[in-house]
Amino acid sequence: MNFPILSSLILLPTIGALFLFFTKNKDGNNLTAKYVSLFTTIVNFLISIYLWIYFDQSTSNFQFIEERQWIDGFINYKVGIDGISILFVILTTFITPLCIISVNNSVKTRLRDFLIAILIMESFMIGVFCALDLVVFYLFFEAGLIPMFLIIGIWGGPKRVYSAFKFFLYTLLGSVLMLVAIISIYWITGTTDVIQLYEQGIDTRYQNLLWLAFFSSFAVKTPMWPVHTWLPDAHVEAPTAGSVLLAAILLKMAGYGFIRFSLGLFPVASEIFTPLIYTLSVIAIIFTSLIALMQEDMKKLIAYSSVAHMGFVTLGIFTIQQQGIEGSIIQMISHGLVSAALFLCVGVIYDRMHSRLINSYGGIVAVIPKYSILFMLFTLAALGLPGTTGFIGEFLILMAAFKDNFLVAVIASLGVILGAAYMLWLYKRVVFGKLINVELKKMVDLNRSEYFILTCLAVPTLFFGFYPDPLINTIEISVNDLINMYKTNLINK
Amino acid sequence: MEILILFLPLLASIISGFFGKYIGDRNSEIVTSALVSISAILSIFVLYQVIVNQYEDNIVIATWINSGSLDVNWSMLIDPLSAIMLVVVTLVSSLVHIYSIGYMSHDPHKPRFMAYLSLFTFAMLMLVTSDNFLQLFFGWEGVGLCSYFLIGFWFKKESANAAAIKAFVVNRVGDFGFALGIFLIFYLFGTVNYSEVFQQIPSVVDKNLSFLGLEVKAIDLICLLLFIGAMGKSAQILLHTWLPDAMEGPTPVSALIHAATMVTAGVFLVVRCSPIYEYSPLILNLITIVGMTTAFFAATVALVQTDIKKIIAYSTCSQLGYMFFAAGVGAYNVAMFHLFTHAFFKALLFLGSGSVIHAFKDEQNINNMGGVWKKLPYTYSLMIIGTLALTGFPFLSGFYSKDAIIEFAYLKGNTTGYLAAGIGIFTAFLTSIYSWRLIFKTFHGEYNNKEINIEETHESPLVMLVPLIVLSIGSIFAGILFKDLFIGHGNLNYFWGEAIKFLEPLSTEHPPMWFLILTPSLVLISIPIAYYLFLKNKGLTDEITNMNKPLYNFLINKWYFDELYEVIFIKSSKKLGLFLWKFFDVKIIDGFGPDGISALIKKFSIKAKKFQSGFIYQYAFVMLLGFTALLTFLIIK
Repeated sequence: MNFPILSSLILLPTIGALFLFFTKNKDGNNLTAKYVSLFTTIVNFLISIYLWIYFDQSTSNFQFIEERQWIDGFINYKVGIDGISILFVILTTFITPLCIISVNNSVKTRLRDFLIAILIMESFMIGVFCALDLVVFYLFFEAGLIPMFLIIGIWGGPKRVYSAFKFFLYTLLGSVLMLVAIISIYWITGTTDVIQLYEQGIDTRYQNLLWLAFFSSFAVKTPMWPVHTWLPDAHVEAPTAGSVLLAAILLKMAGYGFIRFSLGLFPVASEIFTPLIYTLSVIAIIFTSLIALMQEDMKKLIAYSSVAHMGFVTLGIFTIQQQGIEGSIIQMISHGLVSAALFLCVGVIYDRMHSRLINSYGGIVAVIPKYSILFMLFTLAALGLPGTTGFIGEFLILMAAFKDNFLVAVIASLGVILGAAYMLWLYKRVVFGKLINVELKKMVDLNRSEYFILTCLAVPTLFFGFYPDPLINTIEISVNDLINMYKTNLINK
Repeated sequence: MEILILFLPLLASIISGFFGKYIGDRNSEIVTSALVSISAILSIFVLYQVIVNQYEDNIVIATWINSGSLDVNWSMLIDPLSAIMLVVVTLVSSLVHIYSIGYMSHDPHKPRFMAYLSLFTFAMLMLVTSDNFLQLFFGWEGVGLCSYFLIGFWFKKESANAAAIKAFVVNRVGDFGFALGIFLIFYLFGTVNYSEVFQQIPSVVDKNLSFLGLEVKAIDLICLLLFIGAMGKSAQILLHTWLPDAMEGPTPVSALIHAATMVTAGVFLVVRCSPIYEYSPLILNLITIVGMTTAFFAATVALVQTDIKKIIAYSTCSQLGYMFFAAGVGAYNVAMFHLFTHAFFKALLFLGSGSVIHAFKDEQNINNMGGVWKKLPYTYSLMIIGTLALTGFPFLSGFYSKDAIIEFAYLKGNTTGYLAAGIGIFTAFLTSIYSWRLIFKTFHGEYNNKEINIEETHESPLVMLVPLIVLSIGSIFAGILFKDLFIGHGNLNYFWGEAIKFLEPLSTEHPPMWFLILTPSLVLISIPIAYYLFLKNKGLTDEITNMNKPLYNFLINKWYFDELYEVIFIKSSKKLGLFLWKFFDVKIIDGFGPDGISALIKKFSIKAKKFQSGFIYQYAFVMLLGFTALLTFLIIK
C-alpha cells in the first residue's frame, strides 16, 4: 500500500481545523463550522474503519508503515499500527465526532475556536497511537496537552484557570523526564526507532532509570495514585466535550504507553517495578473508590471512578499475561465508551439545570425516562455487570492478577463491591426517589442528537459485552507476541 | 427447541420493554405471560424427556470470551439438574406473570414490570443451564440486577430504593467470593467449564496453597469461596440482611425471585458443584453449620415480626438454611427436593399474602388484620394449604422433603449431623408456630383494621386465584409424586446420573421409629399451641413478651445485624472515604504537591522581588558584602 493512509488519518483533522481557521468567525456561521468539523471527523472515522477491515489480524508486525526522513540521520517520521494501537485509533475517531455533535449548548462563546481545538487534538491523539519513533511519540504526546489546556482554560467553569494550570504542571513535569530518557536512549542505542529498539533491546544497566522516567510521565497521565489529584479538578472545570475527550482518550495514551514502551523496551525494569505498580494500582482502586463514595459533585465522582478504573488497567498490564493485557486493553476501550457516556449524561442534565451537585436532583426518572434508561445502562457498565464491556475487562484483569498474586487480586476485587456501591448510590440519588425540587419538572427529555450520541455509545458497550471476539481477535496476536518478546528479552539479559 | 426455552422470555422482555408503549398494557401482559408459559410447557417436555429417555445435551450457542487459554461459550447444558431447575423457574415464573396481571392492575407502569419479570426469567435460565462458571456468573449477576430493578420498582419510595441498593451491594459481597472462586478454578485447572473442571478435581485433592499467609487445601479454598457466593445469593446468615428488606418490592416479585427461584441459586450452585464439594468434608461441615444456624436464626426472628411479607421472607431464609444443611450432610438430591417443593408452597404463600394485602388495600401489618376468613374464602383455604405444606404436615409436599433432610442429617452419624438434626426438628416446631401465628392473626380473631371497613375487603379476581390454585396443587402433590424420583433409593443413580456426585452412596438405612414420628407430632401439636397463644389467650403472649423484654427486643431487631453492619461497614467506609478525600488528597497530596510547590515558588519570588528594590546603594552594599566574603575566602585558603 503506497497511499499514506495513517498520515492522512493524522492530518485530516488538522486540515479541517485550518479550513475553519480561515473562515470568518461570525456568530451566524457557527453551524457551518460545526458541519465542517463533523464532516472531517466522520470521514476520519470511516478511514479508520477501512483500516480495521484491511488490517491483517494474523500477524503482530506493524502494518501501514510510513517512514520519512525528517532531521537527517536523527529523527525519522515513522508511523504504523499493530493490533494494539488500531483499537485506540478507532476509539479516537469514534469518540471525536460524537464530541462534536454534543457541543450544542454547553459552549456559548467562540464555538469555532473550540472546534479547532478539538480537531487538532484528534490529530495529536491519533498520532500518539500510530507513532513508531520515540521522538514523534513524544511530540504528539505532549502536544496533546495544549489544546486540552486551552479547552479547560478558556471554556471551563469558574475555577478553570487553577485547574488548567494544575493539569498542565502535573503532566508537564512528568514529561520532562521522559524527554530526557528519550534523548538518553538515542545516545545509548543510536536510534529512536521503536521497531529497531524492539529488536536490539536496551542495555540492562540503563533500564531502571529509563523506566522510571517513562513511568513518571505515564503515571501522571493515567493517572495513578498519588499523582491523580489533577484529574477531578480538570474534569469538574472542563466543558462536557473536554471531559469526554479527556476521560475517553487522553487517559488511554498512558496505558498505551505502558504497554508499548515500558513493557516493550524495558522488560528487566518492568519486572523489577511490577510490585510498585501493583501497590499503586491497588491503592488507587480502593482509595479512590472510597473517595468516590463521598463525592457531592457528579463529575468529580465519575472522575474519581476513572482513577479506580485505570487502576485496574495498570494492574492488568503488569501481570504480563495474555488475559491481563487483553483485559486491560478492553477495559480501556470500555472505559473510553462508558466514561464518555457518563460525562455526557452529566452534561445533559447540567445543560438543563446548571448544577452538577447530586443533591439538587432526585426523582427525575418520571420526568425524563429515556435519559434514565440510558444512564442506567452506563451505570451498570461502569460497575462491571456481565453483558457489558466493563465486565470483560475487569474480569480478565482480575483473573490474570489472581494467577500472579492472590493478595493483590483479593484487594482489587473489593473495589468491585465499592464500584457497585458508589455507582448505584449516585444513580439512586439523581434519578430515583421523590421529586422534591419543582424546578426539575421542567426538564425535557433527551433531544435527538443527545439520544443519538448516547445510543452510539450504548450499542458497542453492549455488543462487545456479549460478543467481544472482534476486539479480542484484533489484539490477540500482537499481545501474544509482545509477551513472548518480553519473556525472551528477560531471559537473554 | 431447548434454545426457545431460553430465548422466549428474553423476547418477551424486549417486546414488553421496548414496545410496551406501542402495543399497550394489556397486550404486553398477554405477550409476556404467553411466551413464558410456552417456555414452561417446553421445559416440562424437556424434563419428561430427561426422566423417560435420559436425554442429555450440551448445546453451544456462540462464543463469548476467548482470550489466551480462556475459552468460554454461551451454552445450554441439559441434564437432570438443569431440567428440574428449568421447570421450577419457568413454571413459577409463568404463574407469577399471570398473577401480576391482576395484582398490578392499578399500576401505571405495567409493561416495564412485565419486562423486568421476563428478563429475570431469562437471566435465571442462563444461570441454571450454563455449562461453565462464567455464564453462571453472568446469570448470577443478571438475576441480581433484575432483583435490584424489581425491588426498587416503586422508585418514589425511599425505602424501596435503599432496599434495592442494599440487595445489590450485599450480593456483590457474596459475588466477590464467588469471583475469587472462579479465578482460583481457572488458576488451578486452566478452564472454567464444568465438565473439564470436575474431571480434574481428583488430581488436586492433596494440593496445598498458600493463601494470604495461610496454608490451605486448594479444594477447601475453592469450596469456601464458591460458598460465600452462595451465601450472598441465598441469604444465609451474615449475608442475609438484604432479603427481608427486599420485601419492599411488589409481592409477585417476592414470590418469584425471593422465594422460588433466585434465592435458591446458591443451593443450586452447591449441588451443581457436588463433584468438588464431595472432596471437601471441612467445607461441607461449615455449610451444615451455616445452614442450621440460618434456619434457626430466621425462624426465631419470624416469630415476632408483624409484617406479613417479612414473616414469609424470614421463613424463606430459614428454609434455605434447611436446603444448605441438607447439602452439607451430602444429601444433595434431598436439598434439590426441598428446593423443588419449597418453590411451590412458598410461592403460594407469597402470592396468597399478596392477595391478602390486595384485599386490605396495601396493608401489610398482621396486627391490623384479622377475622376475614369468611370474606376471603379462597385465599384463606389456599394459604392454609401453603402453611400445611410449609410446616411439613403429613403427606403434603413439605413433609416429604423437610423430614428427609432431618433424617439424612441424623443418618450422617457425626456430631454436626446430630446437631443439625436436632436443630432441624426444633426449627420445624418454630416454623409451625410462626406460620400458624400468621394465619390466625391474619384471618381469625377480631377485625382490627381501622382504615377500611370489613365490607370493603374483597376476594381477589380469578386471574390471581388460578395461579394460586395451580401452586396449591403442587404444594399438595409435589412431594408424594416426586419423592421416588428425587430421593428414592432405587432410582438414585438412575435419575440424577452424572449431575450429582456422591463419593460414598447415601445411607439407605432408616432412622428409628421414634425419630420419624417426632417431627410430624411436633408439627401437629404446634397448631393448638399457636391457636391458644395467638387467638384464645392473647394476654399470655403479651405476658411472655413483657417478661422477656430483652429477648423480645433482640428478636424484633433481627439480632441487631443491620445496626452492627451500619456501624462496622457503612459508617466507617464513609468516614474513611471522607478522610482520604479531604485530608489525604486535598491536604497531603495537593498541599505538598502542586499547591504547596506553587505557594513555595510564590514565597520565594516575593523574597526575590524585595532584592530588586532599585536603590543603587543597596546593590552596592550587597556587592561589597560579596566581594569581602570572596576575598576572605581566598585569603584563608
